[in-house]
Amino acid sequence: MSRYFTEEHEWVEVEGKIATVGITEYAQQQLGDVVFVDVPAEGKQFDKGDEAAVVESVKAASDVYSPVSGTIVEGNDVLADEPGLVNSDPEGDGWFFKLELTDAGELDSLMDEAAYKKFVADL
Amino acid sequence: MSMNNQGRPTRPAEDSAASPAFATSTGNRALMLEEALIFEIGDANRTGVDLPEAPKAASRLGGLERKSAIGLPGLSEQETVRHYTRLSRQNYAIDLGLFPLGSCTMKHNPRLNEKMARLPGFADIHPLQPIHTVQGALAVIDELGDWLIKLTGMAGVAMSPKAGAHGELCGILAIRSALEARGDKRSVILVPESAHGTNPATAAFVGYQVEDIPAKPDGRVDVDALKARLGPDVAGVMITNPNTCGLFERDLKIISDAVHEAGGFVYCDGANFNAVVGKVRPGDLGVDAMHINLHKTFSTPHGGGGPGSGPVVFSDALAPFAPLPFVERSEDGKLALIEEESMEDHHASSFGRMVAFHGQMGMFTRALTYILSHGADGLLQVAEDAVLNANYVLRSLEDVLDAPFGAAGPCMHEALFSDNGLADGFSTLDIAKGLIDEGFHPMTVYFPLVVHGAMLVEPTETESKAALNQFIGAMRSVALRAKQGDPSLHSAPHFAPRRRLDETLAARKPVLVWTEPVAEQAEAAE
Repeated sequence: MSRYFTEEHEWVEVEGKIATVGITEYAQQQLGDVVFVDVPAEGKQFDKGDEAAVVESVKAASDVYSPVSGTIVEGNDVLADEPGLVNSDPEGDGWFFKLELTDAGELDSLMDEAAYKKFVADL
Repeated sequence: MSMNNQGRPTRPAEDSAASPAFATSTGNRALMLEEALIFEIGDANRTGVDLPEAPKAASRLGGLERKSAIGLPGLSEQETVRHYTRLSRQNYAIDLGLFPLGSCTMKHNPRLNEKMARLPGFADIHPLQPIHTVQGALAVIDELGDWLIKLTGMAGVAMSPKAGAHGELCGILAIRSALEARGDKRSVILVPESAHGTNPATAAFVGYQVEDIPAKPDGRVDVDALKARLGPDVAGVMITNPNTCGLFERDLKIISDAVHEAGGFVYCDGANFNAVVGKVRPGDLGVDAMHINLHKTFSTPHGGGGPGSGPVVFSDALAPFAPLPFVERSEDGKLALIEEESMEDHHASSFGRMVAFHGQMGMFTRALTYILSHGADGLLQVAEDAVLNANYVLRSLEDVLDAPFGAAGPCMHEALFSDNGLADGFSTLDIAKGLIDEGFHPMTVYFPLVVHGAMLVEPTETESKAALNQFIGAMRSVALRAKQGDPSLHSAPHFAPRRRLDETLAARKPVLVWTEPVAEQAEAAE
């Protein structure tokens, strides 16, 4: 099991062929209180970089991009009623969606935790 | 002599100063009245109007008739008038005090404008009336358009856009039409960081890709970065001048020349024209299109007080593409309206129509009244006093609030501060809320984005030095409390009709519809 990060502040946790995607602690801090999350429905297909979900906070509305290509196997429906989970546990219970990877090779272009930490520190 | 020993006490009781605060039984605080929702006052079974019985007639709605009561509250006329008058007393307005919202130009609306706009010849006409019966109204549109062209040094004007962002749309559509007319497919609009937030939205709406151009540390456009990005794919640049940092873009002519050389057009967001009207003509700076917010620079009411109006002026290159309709004066002095039927002879390249009719007539009358009553010298003084007032605010507060561009020289019409230097845990929002307790509408907060915790103050030229001093005194007091970490500021406002609202809860669980309280329903059912 390993975790990857993007420059758009998404995280990807990979277990076998299934990748779980959410936004990072840094992203939730920047967004402020999250008030609405729209997650994709099961079966939707995304290419790497496609707009896959929407997150709205009191400050801004942002798109969440699919960090890798794949087919959605589950959206986190709990977020519809409890968008605050994205603030309280962004890298755990506040996950957005799970997808089945089309090309595991795409993960190689993402950052690992150390690289992402450095990326955020330099912002 | 006989003495009347009856009478009312004429001075406070001796222990009055020591009386503790108490809650009134009504929730009212003297003339600060609590007001229930209209649904809580009214009653669906009551009506304030005596209507005659409806005549018996067969329904022609084919089963679509409403089956249940509509549920609107019934109130007497007096109850209705009181309800809205009470609510209006909880509001803040330019007629109550200084309105420092930066970027909004909340200046006084002269009453003469209102008088003119209410003349029946302007107020009681219909847009589809025969043209020969509305020659006076058309003359107002024509004359105002002429003044806008003169004041900006441009070649043409479109009067119909309804407000600032609509004017931006008009300008960018004209740019796209001009490019299409020469078969030029350009896809990118450049927008500097110091531009209004609506600029990138407008460009994206028209179908352009938006690319940011960074600002220099002094708050102005990075000209070298902009020049480096120019090329055959750039349709144009949208630049706000004076910009949202309250600074004049000194290099606009250099930028325009470079953009034109690369085959693009320059759109200028004229929302802040108030600071330069009579001083600078955007046409001389190479601008191709610019909207003018009549509701800002020319004092027509806005912010709930009236509709906006955003005429757009055009350079020679873009004027042929301006939208319908146009007012045109024929050789015999008669005014005509150029619309779809007549455009072929006059404006064959027009990109079409943006609105059903001719624009905001009431705002045209007010703006023309403002221009004519001020005269050329008066308009020049508007700009000078607006800039003077903003600099007075900037220099009077920069020792208590961080002014990120204070060292860049004088500001234009608005003074910009950041939250740098406030006590730990204290924010721009605390200052804004504290200002409400002091009896002022807060300034614009958290905009522009280039400054952290921005506070943007635009006093406008219509405030006197005494009014500015009052505002500055209040700002200094609140800013010092925020710097010293006064915890009472966290719970401000203390004296407003409502205390600080939970915006997160309101967004997460919005209550948009009034529902009858359950307990009362149960009682009523018994």
